[in-house]
Amino acid sequence: MSKHFLPLVLGAALGVAATSASATTLDDVKAKGFIQCGVSQGLPGFSNPDAQGNWTGIDVDFCRAMAAAIFDDTTAVKFTPLSAKERFTALQSGEIDVLSRNTTWTMTRDTSLGLNFAGVNYYDGQGFMVRKDLGVTSALELSGASVCTNTGTTTELNVADYFRANNMPYEIVAFEKADEVVAAYDAGRCDVYTTDASGLYAQRLKLTNPGDHIVLPEIISKEPLGPVVRQGDDQWFNVARWTLNAMINAEELGVSSENVDSMMSTDNPGIKRLLGVEGSFGENIGLTNDWAARIIKHVGNYAESFNANVGPDTPLGISRGVNALWSDGGVLYAAPIR
Amino acid sequence: MSVLEQDSAGAPARASLLNDPKVRGLFYQFLLVSVLVATGYFIVTNTIANLERQNISSGFGFLETTAGFGIIQALVPYAETSSYGRAIYIGFLNTLLVAVIGIFLATIIGFVVGIARLSNNWIISQIAYWYVEFIRNVPLLLQIFFWYFAVLRAVPGKREKWSLFDTFHLNIAGLRGPKPIFEPGADIIGWVLVAGIIATFVVRRWAKKRQDETGQQFPVFWTALGLIIGLPVLAFLVMGMPITLEHPVFNDTGPRLRQGFELGVGINLIPEFLALTLALAIYTAAFIAEIVRAGIQAVSHGQTEASHALGLRNAPTLRLVIIPQAMRVIIPPLTSQYLNLTKNSSLAVAIAFPDLVSVGGTVLNQTGQAVEIIAIWMIVYLSLSLATSAFMNWYNQRMALVER
Ligand SMILES: N[C@@H](CCC(=O)N[C@@H](CS)C(=O)NCC(=O)O)C(=O)O
Repeated sequence: MSKHFLPLVLGAALGVAATSASATTLDDVKAKGFIQCGVSQGLPGFSNPDAQGNWTGIDVDFCRAMAAAIFDDTTAVKFTPLSAKERFTALQSGEIDVLSRNTTWTMTRDTSLGLNFAGVNYYDGQGFMVRKDLGVTSALELSGASVCTNTGTTTELNVADYFRANNMPYEIVAFEKADEVVAAYDAGRCDVYTTDASGLYAQRLKLTNPGDHIVLPEIISKEPLGPVVRQGDDQWFNVARWTLNAMINAEELGVSSENVDSMMSTDNPGIKRLLGVEGSFGENIGLTNDWAARIIKHVGNYAESFNANVGPDTPLGISRGVNALWSDGGVLYAAPIR
Repeated sequence: MSVLEQDSAGAPARASLLNDPKVRGLFYQFLLVSVLVATGYFIVTNTIANLERQNISSGFGFLETTAGFGIIQALVPYAETSSYGRAIYIGFLNTLLVAVIGIFLATIIGFVVGIARLSNNWIISQIAYWYVEFIRNVPLLLQIFFWYFAVLRAVPGKREKWSLFDTFHLNIAGLRGPKPIFEPGADIIGWVLVAGIIATFVVRRWAKKRQDETGQQFPVFWTALGLIIGLPVLAFLVMGMPITLEHPVFNDTGPRLRQGFELGVGINLIPEFLALTLALAIYTAAFIAEIVRAGIQAVSHGQTEASHALGLRNAPTLRLVIIPQAMRVIIPPLTSQYLNLTKNSSLAVAIAFPDLVSVGGTVLNQTGQAVEIIAIWMIVYLSLSLATSAFMNWYNQRMALVER
């Protein structure tokens, strides 16, 4: 026994040591042929599996856009559903390549978790939902309420700040899984359900009688949601950031999945650069020059993704609001491709 | 040593230390320890290096930073402004609470069911049988969900209640009851209680000795009752009733949100705690019942017959002859059930009960310090398990057969 033990341990140790120097994420992804994308366990409009098990939502579209840019194939993505609590560990440990899961960009997360936020794909804020029969019209009337929410979120921190700042006693019931929050709130365990406002609209659809609940007007925090990658791989970070920028720029330039083919012969220099007709922007980030054209063709521009998943014509019925382009009075503003 | 002795005995030449089994043994032990230490060292340095390379902060300094999140049940004062370390401590106390109460309930239910299983009454033994078979074979997590989500929906909503004696009230927000408020002088009652318990032990020893010597029995049970309950009650009256009860306050008028029980008045056992503790106790009790049954059946039937022949009836036979012998068989596996219950309490996270794993997980997520939190988890559960084992081993030794 002991004769075999030493080589075994040494072998294992050296093995571990050897693997610590690995290739870049982009090379890894290209080699395995798909992106492993971390999403929620089911948040309609953001990342949600339909009856056939196909994932849809704006967070899902982001991962599909990356797959389109790299593989020219939106199906080259595998999704890993993660709870709020599990998401960062999954990314740190390399289980997923990118996290696109309604995740708020905060300083702690950006600076001490070994992660980087590649941008913002939805500007959100935290809100409250209550039963209509409570007769409450403002969050400031919620003193003494019991509040259901998710653990491991910015939500549970904001709600603590808000109730303390307004000197209101409260009781927090914090679940790990969103479905459990919904079930407990629906059963009447809590008076209030709090999370990102978009999440409230999405989760309300899962309640027994969605019409019996209202979302209060107060928005108590800034929740810029965006995709996240591991820190220390600038190339992969660039692919993520510019995938998002390409979708936003495409909307601004009026390029959509419908007109992208005809736009190839445009004279507009901005569109030429975006579509790779001019310049070598794609090659500079380790992709082909038609990277953005692929994204727009297969997934669409930001507006198309927004309208298809969360927009006014969807069950969520969210208007663009702050998520409109800067040129339309919103805060969506992507650095130019040049 | 042995080498020299062999030499002087003229045993085969001093030739090779290498062939001396003792030296070789020591050498291998030494080798094994060095390898373990080296591996440990390697793992630790490698982990630190990896964390640094990935820009993930490490160290235990975060325990002093402000937590910023609320916790629904805290046995000692806690606020959002408390530190992460304090939050983890709150979680630890909650784990301990569930474990202690769960073990207590599971033991009682387990013994009752285990004995019922051997009952001559067909219906009773069948009920016990089906209890064990059913509960043992349904996954614990499902049972926790059942107690939480299914039962939660069956009880009245936050603005109604079911009351028992107008003292205990159950609704979806928990089980409420009066909270004792200790006024000056109340501590005396506590001391009287402690004194009563100590006196009971003394009396018990004395009574046993007397019975061994003279055969005379002493009403230990009634004496104990008097000492443990009677004396403190007397002290309570003498001190002018320094303990008062704070009853929960139920509002049924005013704005709808304010209707129902007022937060923080009286004692409230939150439904998360009730569901978890009940599920754990009922689940573990099924296993304990089997252990108890096996233990009792391990005592040969001749013992019962002998006891009956001596004129003891069923109850004293069980209490004085069977159970003491069965305990020797029961305690070791019972210990592992206690350990199981304690560890299973970590399923708390599924129903929002803030135990060590749940709160630790939140801290992990807010700070990203996975390695440190997991180390804390492992150390705490290991210590809890070792402490339980140590206690049960001590108890087992006391119960072990004293051979003459
Ligand atoms: N944006 C917040 C909250 C994110 C969050 O976890 N929200 C919940 C409630 S909307 C959720 O995504 N639930 C869906 C799920 O867990 O699958 C954060 O990053 O901490």
